[in-house]
This record gives sequence, C-alpha cells and structure tokens, in this order.
Amino acid sequence: MTFLRRLVGDAPPRVLWSLLVLLALLLVAPAVLGKYWLSVLILVLYFAYVGQAWNILMGFAGQLSLGHALYAGLGGYIAAGLYFHYGIGPWAGLFAAIAVAGVAGAIVGYLGFRFSLAGVYFALLTIAFSEFTRVAFDHWAWAGGSAGLFLKVEPGTDLLNLRGGPLLFYYVILALAAGAFILCRVLLQSRLGRYWLAIREDAEAAQAVGVPVLRCKMMAIVISAGLTALAGVWNAFYYNNLFPETAFAMGRSIEITLAPIIGGLGTLFGPIVGAVVLTGLGEAFTDVGDMLRIPGSKQIFYGLALLIIVMYRPAGVWPWLADKLGLKDRQP
Amino acid sequence: MSGARLQLETIGKSFRGLRAVHDVSFAVPAGAIHALIGPNGAGKTTIFNMIAGVFAPDAGCVRLDGAVISGLRPDRICDAGVGRTFQLVKPFKELSVLENVTVGALHRRRHLPDARDAAAAILSQLGLYDRRHQLAQSLTLPDRKRLEVARALATEPKLLLLDEVMAGLRPTEVDVMVGFLRELNRRTGLTILLIEHVMRAVMALAAEVVVVSYGEKIAEGTPQEVTRNQAVLDVYLGQEEL
Amino acid sequence: MTADFLLALAQAIAKGLLTGMVYGLMALGLSVIFGVMRVVNFAHGEMMVVGMYLAWMAFEYLEVSPMLSLPLIAALFFVAGYALQRSLISPFIGRPEHQQFLLLLAVAILLVNACLAIAGPDSRGVQMEAQFESYEVGPLVFDAVRLHAALAAVVIAALLWLFFTRTRTGKSIRAAADNNLAALVVGLDVRRLYAITFGVGAACVGAAGALMITIIPVTPFLSVEYTLLAFVIVIVGGLGSMTGALLGGLLIGVSEAVAGLLLQPSLKSMFSFGLLILVLLLRPQGLLGRKPS
Repeated sequence: MTFLRRLVGDAPPRVLWSLLVLLALLLVAPAVLGKYWLSVLILVLYFAYVGQAWNILMGFAGQLSLGHALYAGLGGYIAAGLYFHYGIGPWAGLFAAIAVAGVAGAIVGYLGFRFSLAGVYFALLTIAFSEFTRVAFDHWAWAGGSAGLFLKVEPGTDLLNLRGGPLLFYYVILALAAGAFILCRVLLQSRLGRYWLAIREDAEAAQAVGVPVLRCKMMAIVISAGLTALAGVWNAFYYNNLFPETAFAMGRSIEITLAPIIGGLGTLFGPIVGAVVLTGLGEAFTDVGDMLRIPGSKQIFYGLALLIIVMYRPAGVWPWLADKLGLKDRQP
Repeated sequence: MSGARLQLETIGKSFRGLRAVHDVSFAVPAGAIHALIGPNGAGKTTIFNMIAGVFAPDAGCVRLDGAVISGLRPDRICDAGVGRTFQLVKPFKELSVLENVTVGALHRRRHLPDARDAAAAILSQLGLYDRRHQLAQSLTLPDRKRLEVARALATEPKLLLLDEVMAGLRPTEVDVMVGFLRELNRRTGLTILLIEHVMRAVMALAAEVVVVSYGEKIAEGTPQEVTRNQAVLDVYLGQEEL
Repeated sequence: MTADFLLALAQAIAKGLLTGMVYGLMALGLSVIFGVMRVVNFAHGEMMVVGMYLAWMAFEYLEVSPMLSLPLIAALFFVAGYALQRSLISPFIGRPEHQQFLLLLAVAILLVNACLAIAGPDSRGVQMEAQFESYEVGPLVFDAVRLHAALAAVVIAALLWLFFTRTRTGKSIRAAADNNLAALVVGLDVRRLYAITFGVGAACVGAAGALMITIIPVTPFLSVEYTLLAFVIVIVGGLGSMTGALLGGLLIGVSEAVAGLLLQPSLKSMFSFGLLILVLLLRPQGLLGRKPS
C-alpha cells in the first residue's frame, strides 16, 4: 500500500492519466509502427532506461560518473559469458550481472567517497576504472578478448534465453524503462531519495541534520550500477556481440549521460525527454548526413545541437517544457 | 559538574601549527540558554565545529549528558541529540521550504508523510508555513535563518547550537527571533548555546556567557558580570554595543 | 638481467623520455587551463589532433615542415582559444561540472568531426628525412625526430615559464588563479586574463600537435586517448604546477615505453590508469601540486 501511495503521491490526475495513455500507446505501438520506427523507439527506450539509472547517481545524489560503461559492460559480459559458456539463460544470469556490477560500483564509490573525491576528480576516477577494465577484458580469454564475444542467433522466439526478433526486445526494454521510472519515483518519495536530494544540494548541511552521507552515496552508486548492468545484459542479447573496445568505451559512458543531462538532471521525466530529443536528432542528422555524404557530418550537426541545448537550456529541456505545460516537476 | 547537558573539557584544536582553540572548558546545564561570545577569529565557530563533529578536537573532549561525543561524525552527533545552524546559512536551494525541514524531520520519523507533517508544524511555529512551497533559494535572509533553525529543530535535538543566527537581522527581527527562542526554551526545555555578536540578543536570552579570545576562555558569568569584566572590555576595545 | 635486456630497457626509457616531453607540453596546456580556470577541457585531445592535422596539411600542401609551421599553428590556436573562451566558455566558468563537460564535449565532437569531414578517416602522416636519422650516444640510439620534438617542447615550456614569471600578464594570471576575488578587487580584468590563459593553453596543445605529427601519423580517433592522457598527466604531475605537467608527461612517457617492453603493448594504458587511480586516492594534488586548502 505504501508503494502505491508513494507512486501516486500528490501527482495531479492529468499527469497520471497522460502516463497511462502513454503506456497504452507504447504497448500497442509495434502493431502500427514499421520496422524502422520500432527500432528507433527501442533506441529511445534504451537510452531512457539507462539514463534513469545514471540519473540516480548524478541527478539525485549529485555525483558525476563518466565511467558508467563499466557497469553496462560488466553486466553484458557476465550474462553473455554465462550463456555462451554454460548455457545459463539471461534471466538467471542477470542476477550475477547485477551482483558483479554492484560490487564494482561499491568499489568505485567507496574509494571515491571515502577519499573525498568530488566533481572532476571523481569523474576521472570513474573513467580510470572503466578504461582499466576495458584493457583487462581485451586480455581475458573467457570473455573472448579483443576479438569479442558472440552469441548464437537462434531462429524463433525464446523468451527464456532472450532469443528472438525486435518485438521481444521492444517489450523487454519497455518493461525495463517503465520499471525504472516507477522505481525512481518511489525512491524519490522515500527517505533515501530525500536524503539523496539533500546530499546533492549541500552534503555538509545534510550531515548536520543526521543524513548518513557516505552510506547514502554508496546506495546510490550500487543501485545505479546494478540497474545499468541490466541495460548491458539487454544490449548483449539484442546485438549478440560484445567487444571490450565498445562495451567499456568512453563513448558509451558519454552517451549514457547525454539523455539525462539534455533532458534535465534530477528529474523523473528528464531522461525520457532527453532520450526522445537525442534519438530524434540523431535519426534526423543521420538522414542529412547520408544526403551530404560527408564523413562526420551527422556528428557535426549533433555536436551543434548539443552546443545549442547546453547554451540555451542548460538546466535541460524538460524543466523548460514542464514550465510551458504548466507542470511543476521540481519535486517529483 | 556532572549532570550538565553539554560539557567541554579542556578542548583544543590547531590547524597546520596555528593554535585556534586552547584549553577551553565550560558546561551548559540542561534547559539553559548560554552564549559564547568573543571577537572575530576568536575560535567560536571552531568550538562549535568540534561539538558538532565537523572535526575532532586535538585535545580534551566534549560530552553530551555525560557521554563522550567528540570525534563522532556529524550525523551520529545529530543522532545523539545535537542540532546546529551554520554561520553562513546552507539551505537546500532547489528544494522547497517544506522539503528542507522534512529532511531534518526524517531523522526521527522514517515515514515521509509523518516527517512532512512534523515539518509543517515546525514551520508554523516559525511563521514560515505560508511560504512552505517556495524554493529555499528564493527566501530573504531572515527567512533563510528561520528555515535553518526550523530544519535543525526538526531533528528533535536536546541541544541546539546557533551560530550567529541574529547576524544580518534588523532589530525588530532580532526581537522576534529572541522571543521565539525564549518561548521554545520555556515550553520544551531545549538547551541552547548561541554564538552571538548581537549583544541585544545575548543580554535578552543568555543565563550565562562564556567569552573567548584568541582561542582561550577569558571570562565566564552572567551577561551583567561579563560586560563589566575588565579583561572582556579590553578585548572588545572600542566596541560600543557592549 | 642480461646486458641486452638492460640496454633495451635504457633504450625504452630514452624513447619514453623524449615522447614524454611532447606529452608534457600537451598536458601543460591543460594544466594552465584547468589550473587557472578550473575548466575541464574535454576537448583537449581533439585540439591536439587538430594541431596535428594542421601541421600535416601545411606539410602536405605547402611543403612546410612542422617545425616551421609550429609558430604559426601556435599563434592560430592562441587566437582561436582566446575567441572560444571569450565567446562560449566564459559563461560556463563556475557552473556545475556536467554543464562544462557537455559544452566541451560538443566542442570536441565538432572539432574531431570537422577533421574527419576534411581529411577523412585514414591516417595521415608526415614523411620527413629526419624520421630515418638518429643520434648515437654510447650504446643508446635516439630517433632524430623525437629528439628534435623533445628539444622544441623544452624550449616552448621555457618560454611559457618566462611568460608566467617575468611578464606582467603572466603574473596577473597566476594571481587570478590563486585568488579570483582578490584579483577582481585589485582591478585585474579577469575575463581578459582567462581568455589569454585559454589561448595560451590552446597554443601549447597546438604546438604539441605540430611536434607529435613528426613522430606518429594522425587519425581522428586518437583524440579520446589524448584527452585521457592529458588528464592522467596533469593529475599525476600535479595541478597548477607547470613542472608537474612536464614531469608527469615524462613519467607517463617512460612508463608507457617500459610497459610496452615488459608487458604487452596493449597493457600500457592499464598502467597509466592504475597510476591515475592511485594518485587520485593517495595524493590527489599530484607529485608537485599544492595541497588544496
């Protein structure tokens, strides 16, 4: 009962109804959308999901991680490796994936927080761990080394082993994204969530009113890491291949952060709005880039878009949008 | 002097060789309001920080109701029953007034709705209830000071440390705050230790005053005694409000 | 420990020292920018790569050696850096890190993809006679290009040192870095100083790029590696210390060369990152940096 109360809380009814309608639309979307648009929607949901996961650490607890690919990579590799070598399905493998990523997060977090690394220094620590792991996996035979790990693509749909077409993965990522949204909402309405926001605002003042800062930060990073690991698992089974060069790449870490930063840090809807905007822009610019046929042109437009957004909407697109819609999502 | 709510025993602190506080001892009985005064840089906030756990004393110890609290982390000290405000107020800027105080209330009430209710009650006492949904960053300084006090009170402390809570307030606002603190102390028996420069407040509130200068205690007594003490007057040379 | 192995080790160290000097110059640029303005220049590696491309283009199309085009490239970078700081970056100083990060990320994306658009993805190298020459000092062999590059880097670093210690502007910049408020109070035009700082930092990177192209060819994909390298060096060497940046560069250059010799070459960056982690935890001010107050 508390769960539902926290979930609904004091949200205005029109917001709740809009969300339900949105969910209904997303559930039936595959029936009306073509293959291309379905893949775009899958991308949006993926970035919305992994953005929510990252947002817990940054938007809620205020710690900038630029090495989140570590957790996605670990998650993907553990689950894929277990499936590849021992036939252990991803629904079981994901527990190991979350556990390993959680431990990694705990290590990074403990070292970072205990040694009072903040801001840039903490971000660099996260990058260092991710890069370190990337090189380590390049030399780990069990994970396929730099040549990569490949999962066999089976015909037909097998939910247990996550073998199947885009439709299967669409519903799985939709469930993950919806689940993450609900989780974040519930967390924010809990003592832990409120403590996170306090820490983000002023850790010293928070401590003075009894907030156990280290413990809360650790919970933030472990939860964030665990959720990100699931994204890695999904990713591994969707694309059926893993390479250390890409799985742990700085680029991967960066793309995880873009949707929440663009959308609006620390808000519930930020990562979702950000994912929609970025994927939309990405697809549009890919088309333009293809037309121009200049290598890198898509990225140039993308870079310009990012520049414009950070210059004119530094707090994110969602807060501005919410303002226009007359919603106050300041405290979700 | 056992039985005192707060007891400082020969505490001292040095920073990189500079002696900030040396051999300071005093006690505050339960239910009393005492003040800690002294010129700027005398070490008052350093003393507060040692009581509140921001850093541990290099020498001596701090006791709350007899139990040693020096060396504990600030959140554990809050647990033990010490609330504090900061000299330069530290509101949670992007949170509303209500949410600010709720964070404090959550310390004793884990359930968010209960904490919110307790917070709302405290806001009413401090006259901030009608601004409860405003963002903390949009408040005026006097209101921010009140918010800071409310947030500390929400943790249900046994001892409240107020660091220059009157600074920047106009005389009428000072009187309001003094009235509130006096009433709070009378009603709940909350022990209060204030660092203050505003003598008006010290004279009105404090039963006893401790004077520090250059990190050492130079006088202790009632406000009347202390303001007539030659050593104290020398230290405050030319300060007419004394 | 055979004599052959010792010789190979000494050789690796020598090579590492020389390359490390150029790394140091690149990192010097970052140290100046980050040290003075606390701006996290995520576009640092990209700037380096642009420098390399410019030097390559000067060589390829104008037949000017990188050593000669260096001063012009450095000047160009100074102007561009000044303009960038004045226009885009200035409002972001003091803003939360994630916003600075996004801004410079956008700049980085634009820079590196401009290179990609203009020069294509293939690696571009400079063919110089000096690349086949070497100096022999006893049993050790020094590549001529690396030696020249290292010497040039030392000269540039020395010029920079003179700038910061002997010129009024340089001293003002250091003052502003130390205490922004005080600088404003005494009437220093901090905005202009910051712009000059960014220009100077950029010029270092541009120069480093011009030197680096004589040693290795350039592709757009080097940029991320260089950004990370610059940060590792600056952190290890110590923030706010010019000598620290150079020392850090030497250290990283040598450790990479030695790691390449003792372990597999691909593991060398693991060493650098391991070192970064240790430094961040145990001595965040780096080898020569000042402890934050």
